[in-house]
Amino acid sequence: MSSIAQKKGFGATLWDYLTTVDHKKIAILYLITGGFFFIVGGIEAMLIRIQLAQPDNDFVSAGMFNQIITMHGTTMIFLAAMPLLLGFMNAVMPLQIGARDVAFPFLNSLGFWLFFFGGVFLNLSWFMGGAPDAGWTSYASLSLASPGHGIDFYALGLFISGFGTLIGGINFLVTIINMRAPGMTYMRMPLFTWTTFVASALILFAFPPLTVGIVFMIVDRMFGGNFFDHTMGGNTIIWEHLFWIFGHPEVYILILPAFGIFSEIFPTFARKRLFGYSAMVFATVLIGFLGFMVWAHHMFTVGMGPTANAIFAVATMAIAVPTGVKIFNWLLTMWGGSIVFTTPMLYAVGFIPSFVAGGVTGVMQAAAPLDYQLHDSYFIVAHFHYVIVGGVVLGLLAGLHFYWPLMFNTMLNEKLGKITFWLFFIGFHLTFFIQHFLGLLGMPRRVFTYVADQGWDSYNMISSIGAIFMAAGVIVLVVNIIMTIVKNEKVGRDPWGDGRTLEWALPQPVPFYNFKQTPLVRGLDTFWIEKQEGNKEGMTYAEPVGDIHMPNNSFVPVVISFGLFVASFGALYNGEKSWAVPVIILGLGITFASMIHRSLKDDHGYHVHKEDLLDDKGGKH
Amino acid sequence: MMKGIKKWRLFSLLTALMVFLSGCGEEHLSTLTPAGQVGRDQLDLMVLSTAIMVLVIIVVMIVYVLAIVKFRRSKVGENVIPKQVEGSHKLELIWTIVPIILLLILTVPTVVSTYKLADVSGMDTVDAKGNKTAVTVNVKANLYWWEFEYPDLGIVTAQELVVPTQEKVYFNLKAADVKHSFWIPAAGGKLDTNVDNLNKFYLTFDNPSESLQDGVFYGKCAELCGPSHALMDFKVKSLDRDDFDAWVADMKASKEETPEGDVAQQGQEIFNTSCIACHAVSGAGSTGGVGPNLATFGDRNRVAGFMEHTPENIKAWISNPEKHKPGNLMPEPKEINNGKDFTDQELTALTEYLMGLSVEE
Repeated sequence: MSSIAQKKGFGATLWDYLTTVDHKKIAILYLITGGFFFIVGGIEAMLIRIQLAQPDNDFVSAGMFNQIITMHGTTMIFLAAMPLLLGFMNAVMPLQIGARDVAFPFLNSLGFWLFFFGGVFLNLSWFMGGAPDAGWTSYASLSLASPGHGIDFYALGLFISGFGTLIGGINFLVTIINMRAPGMTYMRMPLFTWTTFVASALILFAFPPLTVGIVFMIVDRMFGGNFFDHTMGGNTIIWEHLFWIFGHPEVYILILPAFGIFSEIFPTFARKRLFGYSAMVFATVLIGFLGFMVWAHHMFTVGMGPTANAIFAVATMAIAVPTGVKIFNWLLTMWGGSIVFTTPMLYAVGFIPSFVAGGVTGVMQAAAPLDYQLHDSYFIVAHFHYVIVGGVVLGLLAGLHFYWPLMFNTMLNEKLGKITFWLFFIGFHLTFFIQHFLGLLGMPRRVFTYVADQGWDSYNMISSIGAIFMAAGVIVLVVNIIMTIVKNEKVGRDPWGDGRTLEWALPQPVPFYNFKQTPLVRGLDTFWIEKQEGNKEGMTYAEPVGDIHMPNNSFVPVVISFGLFVASFGALYNGEKSWAVPVIILGLGITFASMIHRSLKDDHGYHVHKEDLLDDKGGKH
Repeated sequence: MMKGIKKWRLFSLLTALMVFLSGCGEEHLSTLTPAGQVGRDQLDLMVLSTAIMVLVIIVVMIVYVLAIVKFRRSKVGENVIPKQVEGSHKLELIWTIVPIILLLILTVPTVVSTYKLADVSGMDTVDAKGNKTAVTVNVKANLYWWEFEYPDLGIVTAQELVVPTQEKVYFNLKAADVKHSFWIPAAGGKLDTNVDNLNKFYLTFDNPSESLQDGVFYGKCAELCGPSHALMDFKVKSLDRDDFDAWVADMKASKEETPEGDVAQQGQEIFNTSCIACHAVSGAGSTGGVGPNLATFGDRNRVAGFMEHTPENIKAWISNPEKHKPGNLMPEPKEINNGKDFTDQELTALTEYLMGLSVEE
């Protein structure tokens, strides 16, 4: 196979993406799918705010509202935020550590397609009798009582996509442990790679409890089990524990990579090395560790008793310390630097006050007796949107603008980018700041409407107006993306001018084998070091040019995932339709047959030969 | 551009101040106007934690604003390469240790208060005659209504909780169907009503609720429990101990009485054929009603927990419960009235009868 890029038709491009095992292309798949679900979740959010804009509104019905809030939460967490982060991890992390791909390219593709089919399955519920309606937490007594198939879609969809995420996490762990370029010691890894590493470890330990909970739920709802049926000796509180043992680390799975993105942006646009690198690494690991020690703070009002509540309260407060360390290190990175306010930097600068606000309300809720008041009120809604939108989403938008030139060799329009930022940032604070007070004034969360004159009317209206600003910001972003793709102005290597880490040293477009020669890493911010020493190539090499071993593309991951997708329909209608069991068998048959095919057929990949490499300039320098 | 951010932060701070100064919401509903010691303890914790957090925010914002004002590229020059500082052990120590101290300050009252609010030992205290000294209420949360049983007093009511002032009132909480959460924001934090186990806690009320806007505190369900979760409200009436005792005596004495007037009597007949299978009209008794006990219906503040207490709303509710509270379990008229809707005349009679159900004179 020649390494020289050829013009391809639409069909060939589609087939290429369906079969690709290249981390850069899988990143694009994650970005497109995650972006699509982000828009879907955003539309659901707008419906929520329209419904709540005024008291006694009947824009949507009560049952429909519960479906919308459930799907908004589930979609945003599982199908938008996490895949988008996995997309950036795929796009950037292997390049940052000087690897030619992830450790298991085939699994990387399988992870994506499992997520894809899980997400599609979950959203098909809208068209097949109703979406899940027990909240994204799907507490057991309510979810067992929920009529229809909504909860079944939830359980099966997350089951499949959860597999994908777990596979992705393991893959990244192995990649970072084994595939760093010579000289790339752990303490020279860029912060985004570090946060990917810790977030992947969290995925490894956090997803199994969720999977266990979901399997219990599937067995209870579709196969007559009684894990959560208290009348048959089951216990609903077990679901809450399993869910939050997953659910709390999940928060850090989302926020740590966002921290990583910001930790790359601050040094780049302050032209200054990240302040307190080793403290930042230590804080990341500590947050990841403590993240597993605090899950029950979501359950202070469940009635666990004062001892459990006190222990989890204190443990939760402890997390504020490493998080505070990070905030101050970012501030001190800017201090004494030379700050330029590009769009990514604007997001990073906007992130700090937003996230601090979300963090301090987190500490307030850690005080268990105070949380008895705040829990399940609009205060908590405000809090988690401050950390997830103010932290994760700002991080995603920052990363989108920052890494766009790395992924596509074009640059998003800066002017439109800044308009998006201001609309989104103002809208975000307008929407959620006031919700703290709604909570304090006694408004419970997840209410489909409220009676007028309880002191909530004008605050809700303000909140809904804020949501319009956020939506406008996202629309400008979409316009920006389309314009950029249509214009297709190539920008070349190191487009921000102050790139510091290895990924910016690569020629653009990045060759499919990434590094013609494996680089030798000589310190933290290796590209910055080479530039300061006047090295035009941007890299010192650890090996001469030689043959490169590459994996073959494969359609098998799509087939494996599709099999589970088919089997899910069988499980959904088990005991209801006569074709249910045959469909389960058919689906699992497809999956296992394709797995056997993959296992028995030798696939040695192919080699890119030295001669071709020497011919290939791999893009313009 | 950064001026925009600064202004914005100032604006949000001002908004915060405004909200705090211009009143703290409705006295019968807001957590910021606590009605008793439990709510006050929790508000104290809120004030303490907010004070500590505002301190942190101020420090962060000072460094933040100075950094983005002083070190902009337009000020430091286009081609300046800043000194590549690695970090500072001294600073790292400062911003590790100071937050730890601040958190310790918050930890102590948190832990103390956690244990204090969980102390329900007073529930079982008895006087010389062996009678319980404190009032205990068994709360049973149903889709979408609340039952309040007073096991030591032998009475039961629904939708409107009545409690004595100036003493700890204890609660046993349980859900009948799916998980709910019992929350009276003005009185104190919530506790879940689980299906699996009994949860216990207490609340206190300083003053009779008479003086409030509607004469009652508002109670809410705080855990998503189905379509009408938002409408699962209840009301709380606090009475002086003497008034409370009188109310208890009236409740015990309440039984099926012949209502005054022909219309109400006709209503009673309809009630006894169609409604009485689920709704009791005597306050004496214990838990176990399929639907809410209606002994105090005429005294209540709301129909179905959330609608204005007017004859029109009673009629609207009876003739189409599903429309007003989606997913609730009250049967449609056709199911209980020989397959027919209630006529206007029948509805009027029922309303007249229901409004006459009262234990307060």
